[in-house]
Amino acid sequence: MLDKLNEIEKAALESLSSITDQAALDAWRIANVGRSSPLMQVFAGFGKLSKEERPVVGAAANRVKVALESALEQKVQAVKNAALAKSLEEEKLDVTLPGREVKIGRLHPSTQQLRRVLAILAEMGFQVYTSREVETDEMNFQMLNFAPHHPAREMQDSFYVEAEGREDNPILMRTHTSPGQIRAMREASATNPQNPPPIRIALPGMCFRYEQITARSEIQFNQVEGLAVGKGITFADLKGTLTDFVRRMFGQDARVRFRASYFPFTETSAEMDVECFVCGGKGCQVCKNSGWLEILGCGMVHPNVLQNGGYDPKIYSGFAWGMGPERQLMLRNKINDIRYFWGNDVRFLEQF
Amino acid sequence: MKLPISWLKDFIDLDGLTVEDIARKLTLAGLEVDEILYAGLPMPTYSAGEKHEFKTNGIAWDKEKIVVAEIREVKAHPNADKLTLLDLFDGQQEQVVLTGAPNIFHLKGAGKLEKPIKVAYAKEGSTLYDGHAEGQVLMTLKRAKIRGVDSYSMVCSEKELGITDESDGIIILDDDAPVGTPLADYIGDAVLDISILPNMARNANVIGIARELAALTGRELRADNRPQTVDGPSSTVNGPSVNDLVEIEITNSELNPRFVAGLIRNVEIKPSPYQIQRRLKLAGVRAINNIVDATNYAMIELGEPLHAFDYDILKERAGDKKIKIITRTAQEGEELVTLDGMKRKLTAMNVLVCDEKGSLSLAGVMGGSESEVYDASKEVLDAVGVEVKAGEMPQGKITSRGKSTVNVLLEGAAWNFINIRRTAKQHNLPSEASFRFSRGVHPALAEIGVKRGLQYMAAWANGSIAPGLVDTYPLKPKDSVVDVTSQDVKRLLGIDLTLEQISELLTRLEFKCEVMSNKLQVTAPAHRMDIDEGVVGLADVLEEVARSYGYDKIPTTTMSDSLPPQVGNPVHEWEEHLRDLLVAIGLQEVVTYRMTSPERESRVVTHNEYVRIANPIAPERSVLRQSLLASVLEVVEKNAKAESIAMFEVGSIFEPVKNDLPNEPRRLAIVMTGARIASAWDVKDSPKFDFYDMKGRIELLLAGLRYTDIVYTESESTYQLHPGKSAEVKVNGQVVGVFGELHPLAKEKYEFSDAPIIVAEFDLEKLRGLNPSYGITPVSEFPPMYEDIAIILDESVAASAVEALIRQTGGKTVTDVRLFDVYRDEKIGAGKKSLAYSLTYQAEKTLTDADAAAIRNKIVKRLENTIGAKLRS
Repeated sequence: MLDKLNEIEKAALESLSSITDQAALDAWRIANVGRSSPLMQVFAGFGKLSKEERPVVGAAANRVKVALESALEQKVQAVKNAALAKSLEEEKLDVTLPGREVKIGRLHPSTQQLRRVLAILAEMGFQVYTSREVETDEMNFQMLNFAPHHPAREMQDSFYVEAEGREDNPILMRTHTSPGQIRAMREASATNPQNPPPIRIALPGMCFRYEQITARSEIQFNQVEGLAVGKGITFADLKGTLTDFVRRMFGQDARVRFRASYFPFTETSAEMDVECFVCGGKGCQVCKNSGWLEILGCGMVHPNVLQNGGYDPKIYSGFAWGMGPERQLMLRNKINDIRYFWGNDVRFLEQF
Repeated sequence: MKLPISWLKDFIDLDGLTVEDIARKLTLAGLEVDEILYAGLPMPTYSAGEKHEFKTNGIAWDKEKIVVAEIREVKAHPNADKLTLLDLFDGQQEQVVLTGAPNIFHLKGAGKLEKPIKVAYAKEGSTLYDGHAEGQVLMTLKRAKIRGVDSYSMVCSEKELGITDESDGIIILDDDAPVGTPLADYIGDAVLDISILPNMARNANVIGIARELAALTGRELRADNRPQTVDGPSSTVNGPSVNDLVEIEITNSELNPRFVAGLIRNVEIKPSPYQIQRRLKLAGVRAINNIVDATNYAMIELGEPLHAFDYDILKERAGDKKIKIITRTAQEGEELVTLDGMKRKLTAMNVLVCDEKGSLSLAGVMGGSESEVYDASKEVLDAVGVEVKAGEMPQGKITSRGKSTVNVLLEGAAWNFINIRRTAKQHNLPSEASFRFSRGVHPALAEIGVKRGLQYMAAWANGSIAPGLVDTYPLKPKDSVVDVTSQDVKRLLGIDLTLEQISELLTRLEFKCEVMSNKLQVTAPAHRMDIDEGVVGLADVLEEVARSYGYDKIPTTTMSDSLPPQVGNPVHEWEEHLRDLLVAIGLQEVVTYRMTSPERESRVVTHNEYVRIANPIAPERSVLRQSLLASVLEVVEKNAKAESIAMFEVGSIFEPVKNDLPNEPRRLAIVMTGARIASAWDVKDSPKFDFYDMKGRIELLLAGLRYTDIVYTESESTYQLHPGKSAEVKVNGQVVGVFGELHPLAKEKYEFSDAPIIVAEFDLEKLRGLNPSYGITPVSEFPPMYEDIAIILDESVAASAVEALIRQTGGKTVTDVRLFDVYRDEKIGAGKKSLAYSLTYQAEKTLTDADAAAIRNKIVKRLENTIGAKLRS
């Protein structure tokens, strides 16, 4: 009987060794450790054995059973591992194939830049003020201290709108967002003419100049102006506020300088330069070898403009500045053709 | 303006300052230097990493190799007719130099010259511009044999030395040029190209810049030691007084506050000294002859444009009478032939300088060339007129008729700057004179200018000046007097200055300052017209204080004033939120031109009235848009090759209001076309965007705006849309927008790809004004049940009606109704359709099958009874 058990064990282990798949394993299990397997038959035939044989055969049969079951368990794991390895091998991808394109929405680069600017200004307490794009000569020029035929008007060639009987006050496309300064000041001063409230606003919007459309000039462009009006606001405040603003825009290390300049609606006027962020001031194409980039014009609000807005220039003062989001983007991204902005080619827009 | 440094040094000591230092000081003070052009002086060299400050151009002249030399003999070249051989002395030794210069050719074979000719001599190895190349090409002078003669050096032209772009001969220096001296030490120069701001026109001259530099450096303006007197008699001032010969009548002093005239007799017309020519050329003005050059030189130096008349012609025209110069406005329609030969039709606004015979010139803008003036046998000089292109200096003109000496009456006047501006613009005659006059030239300069011009003519043309000036000055400008206090400076500039300190800063700019007990009384200098009085004058003066003090020295502070009331900008904020939603639903924002044409818009919509541009840049930009959708469609057309387009714009349209400001309502336009899913290596034939893609996005958009009461009905849009594939959107009962597929006939008018064009436009004024509905549907802890039902019903019943019935009947337990199939076939029958819905049941308990069945049965019954639907088995 012991020989028979050894044979059973040998045969079973031998047949197990060649098995590689789950189905054969299931069949082996039934054939070798199943109820009607030769081994189980041995257990079933226990009663027929002599009293002396029983413990010996019993122990041997148990040993074989444990051996077979343990071998089976190992085999099951091995088959599973082999199957997994095979399927992993088969599922291998070409990782160099391109990823699937996701169609997403984007804001126009100008809107993105406007938002950057306005977000910083909002934190500095400047609230957005928007106003109309078609304006009167009075609001666009006269109230801003541009007399008729004033030389400064040549800096801002205008598109006029057809209208009759308005020779003294023609209608035009606003050449800057500054008419909003007058509108905002008048709205604010109307609330309390004797003691008008302070103003801190940002004026974003599209402006229009009579230019040929070329790589360097456009008939429309966005502008953001800032305006602060109140008591005791100084040129030193202008310098401090704009330096803070520019460092938020271009980095805390940005070097800046203020140059004297001229705008009809400010006096003391200045041009603010930031050290070229493309070359670090060493001189390059972008800064035309000057090391500086002209980024905004600014100045103390002209007394006539304050007056026109309902603020007594003997008591109130303020400063204003203006800048171009498209210009900022052009400098930052080395865009050499302003026509990209309103050209709206998706191949351009998708890069922002 | 272009300013040679050497000229500047006539008026201020600039020792110890580099050209860059000077340029930097001017730039920071508002006189922006755009470029520095080197013509001889050493150029700065930048090591790697060092910072540049200015755009630079030009060349430096090697001091060893380029020197002043004198030609002692001009010989013929043995083998070349067109070349000459020069025997020349460079200060150390004799040299033989070859040249083909036309301006020396007439001396060929003349042998030893009686008077040597001084020239600019470049030795072997010099770096120069190639005189024969197009443009400015650097070259190094090398030894060569030309027609058998050794050539190792050359006599230079202005082009070769970078003084001018072109030249037609060698430079012939003044007789007193020191032989052997490095040329750079003798006439080496650098030119600052300065942008002149409108309020700094007073500085558009050499003295103006020198004055600014004096203020900025604290140096003295050098005493102007040129003889300036017309008081005789002296060696140059003699003969009868001009006052006995000429009188002036000004008819409108507002337009012509001052008119000054001086006379110089027997001037000999010839080239100006080379130093003068060179400065003029560097300043961008062509050298013509000593008379024209004198007017231009005085103008550039002082800022007063001068006008030279031929005195003999005026005398001839006056006959026996005293010459009378009259300034008056033109008759409407009066004509004047200007120097350029153009017959100008004048208006009553134009001011003329006339004599009793008729008009002589268009005041301050351009000289006239009336036939009697031209037909005269003498000369007419005009340094004022002559058209110049933007950025160029004027070119004086002389119509020589062979006489070598003439008598010149020199005009210096003051004109109303607005009038000159309008006249110059009206006749399209920009010139150096009108540039200056149209920005304001102080009347005080008229006298100084004439004196200076006469002196230069006397010096360069050997004339003799008639004693005195005819000076009519009916309208003296009032001196601007402004009171300034330390408090003003503190309040507006934020710096603490004593009255003495303020006075010192302003005195540097030639303001007259008087310190009083608690204020400073400031009087503007005579050359300035930009200083007002009162509170504006205070601002004007404080800007000068700030410039003189230095913007860079003013501290940086933060505002101490209180913050304004926080009102925000709800409209802007709402639109920004809208943009975020549009981006979130996968749309690309575009921004388009406001200007378009009715024709362009008419491809998709027709409007009769437009806001029209009076001076359009092009016919296709002649009106302001009335359709935002039309603008976005144009962008889509331009991007027609893109596989998939989904874009939007938020912006204004312009509704005309007769002779008044237009309305500018806000709109949203969306266009989608092309592939719904991006194609890829395993994605082929993506379906195209259709009506329902747009509708799905609109649903998301409106949900994002918290609108819930939304109805889609058939469209009655003015847009040309597909009648069966378009809808109006009503929110809270109000029509807010329209969307659908572009009508096939409209689509044909564009160059689109084949895919349908799906469009939408919303009226943001309406959309924004609606009441949003806030709140959420609670999420239940209990499991939902899902069940599908399919019904068959008549085609004519709208899907929205079915869904409404289901929701209504199901009550709050039916939390979602989703249409997942629409099916038609023969078995169902003609005119019928099958709609399959997936229902979600949800209650605040665990629902049983029986609960669901009860509701379902109720719904089915309702559908049967109301719209004749049958449950599909």
